Amino acid sequence: CVGPIRTASLLSQREHLSLTPEMATQEVQPNETLSNLKAESDTLKTKLEDERAKLHDVELHQVAEKVDGLGQFIMKTRRTLKGHGNKVLCMDWCKDKRRIVSSSQDGKVIVWDAFTTNKEHAVTMPCTWVMACAYAPSGCAVACGGLDNKCSVYPLSLDKNENLAAKKKSVAMHTNYLSACSFTNSDMQILTSSGDGTCALWDVESGQLLQSFHGHAADVLCLDLAPSETGNTFISGGCDKKANVWDMRSGQCIQSFETHESDINSVRYYPSGDAFASGSDDATCRLYDLRADREVAIYSKESIIFGASSVDFSLSGRLLFGGYNDYTINVWDVLKGTRVSILFGHENRVSALRVSPDGTAFCSGSWDHTLRVWA
Amino acid sequence: MTIRTLRDHGQHYRPRMACLKKVEAFVVEMQDPKSGVKASDQKLNITSIPHVITGQDILAWIVTKMKVTTEEAQAFGTMLVAYGYIYPLQNHRKLVLVADSTLYRFQTPYFWPVQKWPAEDIDYAIYLAKRNIRKKGMLEPYEQEHYNNLHKWMNYKWDFIVMQATEQYKASKERKKPDRVVLDCQERAYWIVHRPPRRTHSGMDYGLDRLIDPNAEENIFLTQALMRSAVKSSVSLTAFVKYVTTHHTHDPLLTNPVPSNPWITDNDEFWQLNMRNVDIPTKLSVERWALSFWELISDQRGRADFKLFLKKEHSGENMAFYEAAEEMRWGAATAIPEKSQFIFNTFLKPGAPRWINIDGRTMGLTVKGLDCPHRYVLDAAQTHIFLLMKKDTFYRYLKSPVYKDMQKKALVPAPHNFTDAQLEANAKNRNPGISPIVLWQQQEAEKAAAAVAARPIDVKAMVATNKLDRK
Repeated sequence: CVGPIRTASLLSQREHLSLTPEMATQEVQPNETLSNLKAESDTLKTKLEDERAKLHDVELHQVAEKVDGLGQFIMKTRRTLKGHGNKVLCMDWCKDKRRIVSSSQDGKVIVWDAFTTNKEHAVTMPCTWVMACAYAPSGCAVACGGLDNKCSVYPLSLDKNENLAAKKKSVAMHTNYLSACSFTNSDMQILTSSGDGTCALWDVESGQLLQSFHGHAADVLCLDLAPSETGNTFISGGCDKKANVWDMRSGQCIQSFETHESDINSVRYYPSGDAFASGSDDATCRLYDLRADREVAIYSKESIIFGASSVDFSLSGRLLFGGYNDYTINVWDVLKGTRVSILFGHENRVSALRVSPDGTAFCSGSWDHTLRVWA
Repeated sequence: MTIRTLRDHGQHYRPRMACLKKVEAFVVEMQDPKSGVKASDQKLNITSIPHVITGQDILAWIVTKMKVTTEEAQAFGTMLVAYGYIYPLQNHRKLVLVADSTLYRFQTPYFWPVQKWPAEDIDYAIYLAKRNIRKKGMLEPYEQEHYNNLHKWMNYKWDFIVMQATEQYKASKERKKPDRVVLDCQERAYWIVHRPPRRTHSGMDYGLDRLIDPNAEENIFLTQALMRSAVKSSVSLTAFVKYVTTHHTHDPLLTNPVPSNPWITDNDEFWQLNMRNVDIPTKLSVERWALSFWELISDQRGRADFKLFLKKEHSGENMAFYEAAEEMRWGAATAIPEKSQFIFNTFLKPGAPRWINIDGRTMGLTVKGLDCPHRYVLDAAQTHIFLLMKKDTFYRYLKSPVYKDMQKKALVPAPHNFTDAQLEANAKNRNPGISPIVLWQQQEAEKAAAAVAARPIDVKAMVATNKLDRK
């Protein structure tokens, strides 16, 4: 095969461009201290792995052998929500099990009654790439944010003609894009994660920062709050390939898992709160056991090469749904580790996926401008 | 000031496009002369193009190699075309894999979307200029627009660009016709992928750029991790299996809900039967309450039933305290002083009307903490009360007549059996339901009324207004 001709001058231009940014910022480090730290770190890591390995007496699929296999699994698109003019980036369910809020690249945030497919509210954000949106537990407000580095709360109104932007409340302020947001157990607090590498807990009424969470070495892309009775922890996943478990009260990182080979796009708690799943650009989804403090399952296939952008569990925790960058949705048997089904339908990347609060369906949002509800 | 519009579709040093390396390995295998996809020479407008493959051959090969279904192979094949590893010969703008005799060719590795070679604007400008030189008016409208923009932004470099374009054009004229056609097709395919036409999406579009700044401080964390206790895998994994098994019948995607899944039959009776203030709950709900204390109080109907039981036992103050503490913990920061005062007066101070029974040490700590109230000041007391309810009251509730009665009364709705005509009718008459805002307002009103009713009677005030007859 033949390639085009490049002149010498153009080549030298290219060389100039290929100088890596690291070279510009490299500091002079005392070599001894750095290598000592690295050696210590490696020893500790090996020791930790050994300790954990002692407790690892069985694999998940072995324990799951006694469980019945799932029969043929058929799910279809039951609703297609059309109305966004650009890539759908995020979505969230309302606790009433039928309403949805979704946000897209063109700055629009739409609240739908997915059951009737009617649009109930629409807000235009002053920025593009609204990457995070969340429905308030009361159903009376939505929060969203993105490239504006902020998270804003819009109270919803029964009056269809009311301009929602008038009552907008700016709550969170980060120094880089907002990647995810979630209300806690009430409308009064919001948890956010950002491209600036931090997560933060905010008081909605005053906009006050209640707690900040530092520990990721790169963009934080996703977060999820624990469903359990203690309700004091949350997990976050980032571009540093780490998934961290945080204590909301103290701001400390209490557990960390680094087994993925690429950015972690999505993290979601297991319904019992004792485990969580993650989806990553390395085309795998993984299950982490919080009590045993280790990764217990990898959901991958040779034929799945493109990254998983969003994951969620079914109500019982038996199924794990993953939306992928190759436009498909894979359904995994969490216990046996096998793929139960693959769903086609979207015409571009699946960017968001959430199971409804009562587990009757799940909704997927895609870069093809639509959202689909599957059951 | 130089403004460079660098639209970098292949990141420099990040493993973000890790998928591309795997795809490349796969494509190399596809091109293997012995075990790869069958290629042949095809005639296209007089010239004979070598190494042409058909859509159905590609699909069949993927199915065999990856051992997947046709649909999955189709999806994967479309990815290969979208990312520019394979390009269609005829309908060059539509980047999909069509599983018939549509002709495709492998893209030369030079044009693969690798990480170190961004598709720069200057290269695009040279390409468009070259096409313009060859034949004026050959550019598509979107390309013309790009060309005009680039001409404006790169005006200072335009001589250089035209010079490059002319040289490339001259060089290509010296090649043999088949080579020239092939090269043109390859270059055109490359630019379709990296500068897609209007209203098509680019496979190379990966969204927002992500920053990376690896500089971790790990050692303290690792030491702490070693000190942390962990549970044996067999214990925790068995717990997962147990959770899944007990919840199997409650998972609507695994066990068909009764009467029917609203999304499938367009009938929302399932939601109506499970509403917060329904008189008689369904049997499935009632069974779910028995699974754990947390399941019971997470379901609003269940919580209401539990409160009824507590009222009969005259121990309603525990739940009331728990709810008040939750409200304070998750509530607005400005409301904390007021709420903590209310909670102290109602539940904690000696002789309080709804005094909760917690051990002396916890009570001492809590009361002391209330001097400077913060949202977590009631945590210790709240955990104590929660555990008390979970380990003792809950089990008594399950054995109580209140619960057993509910089990007997609980509904088992008959499963729907709609005919096709009925399903169509359902789809047209979907129930809009009640807005969550209205439901929330109702709930708040009920709570306010309950709070007024629960307030201890102020004897002095009643005497003052002569409501209490002192005879």
